[in-house]
Amino acid sequence: MAGSNPNAKPMNLTLKVWRQKNRAAAGQVVDYNVRDISPDMSFLEMLDVLNEDLLRKGDDPVAFDHDCREGICGSCNLFINGRAHGPESGTTTCQLHMRKFSDGDTIVIEPWRANSFPVNKDLSVDRSAFDRIIQAGGYVSVNTGGAPDGNEIPIPKEIADRAFEAATCIGCGACVAACKNASAMLFVSAKVSQLALLPQGHVERATRVENMVAQMDIEGFGACTNIGSCAAECPVGISLENIALLNREFLTAKASSNNLS
Amino acid sequence: MSWISKTFSSSIGRKIIMALTGLFLCSFLVVHLIGNLQLFKDDGGAAFNIYSHFMGTNPLIRTLEWGLVLGFGFHIYEALILTRRNQAARGIGYVESRPSQNSSWQSRNMGLLGTIILVFLLVHLYNFFWRARFGDLDPDINNNDDLYTLVVSSFHQWWYVLLYVLAQVALCYHLIHGFRSAFQTVGLNHRKYTPAIKIFGYVFSVVVCAGFAAMPLYFYFFK
Repeated sequence: MAGSNPNAKPMNLTLKVWRQKNRAAAGQVVDYNVRDISPDMSFLEMLDVLNEDLLRKGDDPVAFDHDCREGICGSCNLFINGRAHGPESGTTTCQLHMRKFSDGDTIVIEPWRANSFPVNKDLSVDRSAFDRIIQAGGYVSVNTGGAPDGNEIPIPKEIADRAFEAATCIGCGACVAACKNASAMLFVSAKVSQLALLPQGHVERATRVENMVAQMDIEGFGACTNIGSCAAECPVGISLENIALLNREFLTAKASSNNLS
Repeated sequence: MSWISKTFSSSIGRKIIMALTGLFLCSFLVVHLIGNLQLFKDDGGAAFNIYSHFMGTNPLIRTLEWGLVLGFGFHIYEALILTRRNQAARGIGYVESRPSQNSSWQSRNMGLLGTIILVFLLVHLYNFFWRARFGDLDPDINNNDDLYTLVVSSFHQWWYVLLYVLAQVALCYHLIHGFRSAFQTVGLNHRKYTPAIKIFGYVFSVVVCAGFAAMPLYFYFFK
């Protein structure tokens, strides 16, 4: 295999995995041993090995979310050894490799913990609260008419870059998982910033932030206490500047919008 | 006017109240510290007693005093509401959690630090404010209430000095996170100014708290 280390020794690990049959059931941590794990495997491939073992024994495999396995979809939400997406910063679980662990390690694997993210089964959580926040205003309405020319609307490079940085949010929910208050402020701030910075987003600017923050509160996420763990654990490096921008947008909208209710 | 109540009952609205009242209380700390520096004046407390008489009787100060009560009241009330909301947001906690790898201790323990400060504040108010305002202090040479003598005798009790110093350590950590955090919450995060706000907040916290802690220590060890 290209890029693999021929001297890397296979590892034996003890896994402590959260098992929960369904939403209503009480869960518990169950211990498993996995053997001959290649250091070149990704964390999810290691879980694939565990699941193959479980299937061979006729046991129920561990449910976990995953999709692209390329670090761009934001599905692989695992809380590993007390950290969102594991011990590496700036990475998703699928991009975390077993070479970051040592032979004989015990690894604790849990789902995201937030009342707004109910556990479906085992390590798989329901993040549709994020979808409802987006539906509340995280879009630009498209009106019919002729397609505008490219670059018709001048946008300074610096602004475009900042909007793009905010737009890199993959909605994985690590910010909520890492936050002591299970707050979704970093997610919401990235989505608000991305659109508030661009001229196309200005039309719905005030109603967007009002509605998205209202939905965020309805979903039951906590409030931000500026501890910064969200930004530290964010796999794509969304910065706290976005939360300040969100607060500014919110205040400005509340003070200036025509919405009296 | 439901938009106003909606604004300030939203999570961000409540945080903004926390931030603004917090900064207001910081301004109180500055005034309180500067005034109390007169304790160090070697005149048997004459200047300090004139000052405390002024603070207790001046109508403007007495009016602003209510602003201070409201400032503390809102800060504590919003803290309770937000803390309950935040705790409710995570019903089931993690089996294994290592928050020290991504955040500072003081930022995660503002409620604990605030509670220590509140306990101190109640003791402090009872011992000095309550007795100066409603108690029966002996007059000093200028016929002002002799609060100075009460301060000196209080600061000769070791447990009292210990409580004060511990409270100032708690206040210092509370301010180190709170000061910079307040600016972030009201939306002031800018790459030009935020580094300066952070440094200023740190220096402010240490200087103010060291100044307050110096008072009981000075009287206990040197007077």
